[in-house]
Parts: sequence; C-alpha cells; structure tokens
Amino acid sequence: MSFYDRMMQIDRRWIFLLVLLAVVIPLLKPMGMPIKITPPAQAIFDKVDAIPEGGNILIAMDFDPASKPELYPMTLALLRHCFYKKIKITLLTLWPSGMGLAEKATKTIAEEFGAVSGEDYVFLGYKAGFAIVILTMGESIKNTFPKDANGNSTGEMPIFENVDKLNDYDFMVDLAAGASVEVWIAYGKERYKFPMGAGCTAVSATQYYPYLNTGQLDGMLGGLKGAAEYEKMITDAGYTKQPGAATMGMDAQSIVHLMTVIIVIVTNILFFMQRRIKKEEEV
Amino acid sequence: MNLVKKQIPITLAFFIGMFMWLQNYLPNHDVQEIYRTINLWSLIIIGFTLIVGIYSLLNHHAQKIKRKTPQWGFSVVVYIAMFTMVGAGLIDSKHMEAGGPLMWLFDNMQVPMQSTMFSILAFYIVSAAYRAFRARTKEATILLVTAIVVMLGRVPIGEVMFGKGLPVFTEWLLATPSMAAQRGILLGVGLAAIATALRIIFGIERTYMGGGGD
Repeated sequence: MSFYDRMMQIDRRWIFLLVLLAVVIPLLKPMGMPIKITPPAQAIFDKVDAIPEGGNILIAMDFDPASKPELYPMTLALLRHCFYKKIKITLLTLWPSGMGLAEKATKTIAEEFGAVSGEDYVFLGYKAGFAIVILTMGESIKNTFPKDANGNSTGEMPIFENVDKLNDYDFMVDLAAGASVEVWIAYGKERYKFPMGAGCTAVSATQYYPYLNTGQLDGMLGGLKGAAEYEKMITDAGYTKQPGAATMGMDAQSIVHLMTVIIVIVTNILFFMQRRIKKEEEV
Repeated sequence: MNLVKKQIPITLAFFIGMFMWLQNYLPNHDVQEIYRTINLWSLIIIGFTLIVGIYSLLNHHAQKIKRKTPQWGFSVVVYIAMFTMVGAGLIDSKHMEAGGPLMWLFDNMQVPMQSTMFSILAFYIVSAAYRAFRARTKEATILLVTAIVVMLGRVPIGEVMFGKGLPVFTEWLLATPSMAAQRGILLGVGLAAIATALRIIFGIERTYMGGGGD
C-alpha cells in the first residue's frame, strides 16, 4: 500500500481531533487578529446610525438555536446599537423555534439599557404564515399582532403611536438562518417600499449578493465575520464596551479555515504525486 | 364527490389566484379591502393548518408504535417531547419567563441539541474535504482555488498572511462572478415559480389536492 493510500485511509477521528484542537486552543488563548470591515456590513451600520433618536427599526429574528453562534451575537450587537441610539425597536420572529432566543436577546439588552417594553421596544413574538404575515404587516402591524409576546395589547402601546405599517419604519433588518430574506424582499420590501438590510449565516451569504447589487438590500452581515464586524463598529464608535462573542470566535474560525486549506493542499499534492508514480509504473 | 374533491377546489384556486394577481394592478379601494380580508383569512387558515400538521405527525407516529415497526421507540420519544414541551408551555403562565419550565427546557434541551447537530457539520466538512476535494479536472481546480481564496479571505488570518488585497479580492469574487451565477439561478427559480403558479391557477397542476394528477 502506497503512502498516499495509507494517508487516505487514516482514521477520520484524527481529523476530528485536529478540528477540535483548532477550535479549542484559540478560544482558550485568543490571538486578537484584526477584523476588516466589509462594505455590506458598513452599509448596515451606517443605515442604523443614521436613524434619528426616536426613529423606528423593525428587526425580524428568523433563526433557531442551530444558528445561534453566528446570528445571536449579531442580534445582540444590533440591539445594543439601536438602544444606545435611542431608536425604538419592534421585534418579531417568523420561526416557531426562534421564540426563545429572540425573547432572551431582547430582554438581555433591554435590561442593560433600562429600556421599557411597549415604549422603547416591543417583542411581538411568533405568528405562523410567513409571507402572509409580512403582507398583512404591510397593511397594519397592530391588526396582524393585536397582542405582543407577553399578551399586552399593541393598540395601546406608545411605540405604535407613529408606526403601524412596514413602510413607517426607518429601517428593517432580517436576521435569518434560512431563506426568509428573500420572502421579506418579495412580499415586504418590494410591495411596501422600505429600506432593508439582512444578517445571515455565512453559508447563505452568497445567495444574497444579487439583492445587494440591485439595491434591494441596503447592507448585509454575513456569518460570524459579519457579527464580528458589527461588534467592532459599535465598539469603535464608543457605543459599547462589552466584548462580543463573535469577535472572540473569529480566531477559532481563522485557525479552522487555515487548517482545512492546509489539509486540502497537502492531500492534493499527495494525490498528484501518487498519479505521477502510477503513470511512471505503467510506462 | 367529484364536485367537492375536484371542481370546487380548482374553481376556488382559479378565482383566488387570478384575483391575487390582478389586485396588484387595481388600486381601487374595494379591491384592496378584499385583498386585505383574504390575507387576514389566510392567517386564520394557516393557524388551523398547524393543528392539522400536529395531528398528522402524532397519527403517523401512533401508527408506528401500534404496529411496532423497526425503531418504534423513537416515535415514543416524539410523543414524550411533544407533550412535555406543550405541557411546559401551558404551565408557564408568565410567557417564556427566565427560570420557567418552558425556558428551562429550551435552554437545556433544545439549544444544546440543535447547536450540537449544527456544529458536527464542521467536523464532517473537514473530513470530507480531506478525502474528496481533489483538483481532478479543470472545473474542480477552479472550484478548489476559489474555495481556498474565499475561506482565507473571509477570516482575519487571510489578511494577516497575504495582506489587505485578499479580503478585497474575496469580496469581489462574492460580489461579481458568484453573484452573476446566483442571479442566473434566481431568475430560473423565479420563472419556474411563475410557471408553477400558472399551472395551479389554470388547474393543470393538481397535486396540492392530494393524490396527484387525475
């Protein structure tokens, strides 16, 4: 058996161990690598930053615990930015399993800033129907969600004094683990015309670039990197001193990516060496 | 029976489908009011479909338990999980309050289980790359080189190793060639969606009624 064949039959648990070490060591000993801000992330930050005090933002948290490492830090950073700027926040989720994380993120950051539910922010909770929910929100949010997640009547909330339709909002961000961004664009943004940004997992970021190009999305945060970029921007702007989970995770992600690249290059070199040896043997 | 099972659903699909399409071009107040009413009705109907879905899931697993099909024990787990979560939700009068039974189950069961399932992917992806990611053809080589550039360009270590040009080049790769390919796919999906919608509206596509075709 050749060296290449032996290498290819290596027990995959050795690879798993390498991945584990590549994740754990940087988490225990952070290297603090620099984070470069990409234009789509900067665009979201600028849009939120430009909302005047007392302005309104709608945040949809369409993700579940599977995407927590990427989208939860993004949510916290975005909420910190909004609460610091005294922007009124309306939150909801169109994912049934998104309720717990959405509720937790909202309460955590609201308590940090002493924000009051119904006045400074409102969490509308979950409603089944996806596209239909978006369409009805375009006509009236209070009709679509007569009560918030805590069972309080939305009709009497001060936060809804000046807003009731999707196009009343200064900005909307969909933090999505699935394809909900496309649904928000097709049924919400395009019909009711409001500025919109997206935060998504790294794996789905590429599918939203066409919408960035057409201006249907004003900005985008892609994966853990996007979350780390947002954390850096709000820290640099002096809006928070809290260390972000995404920034801490970037070192681990860097090392795992580097390790994967090295593995791919090494195995390809071995593959070509093996092929050359076989050809020489045939001759 | 044919009337209830076929003609009425097809007629309804035709009229509702045509109306929902045409209302986009009719800014008339009454038309828009009907449109709003249909949307609100849809929300209520969707609520009921959840009940149908839960019944269907429980019925499916009840049959498995009854017939003792292979691995029927997992069906028992479905029942236990379903009723535990629903029970916790009903007991938790303070909606998803921290420390309540529902939030406890969410934090200590659902979050770790879903996070674990997703994080396992990292191990399998690296293992699969080790065994299968080879530059065997010209196309595979392009894919491999692009993957390496994007993988390094999207993380800080790429900039540390190769300078500021790499993240900029990666952003160009995503925003130009990759975007162009994605746009092609999106246009294809959009056209297919229109074709499917037309087939449903005109009664050609009938699988939504169950049974398929005629």
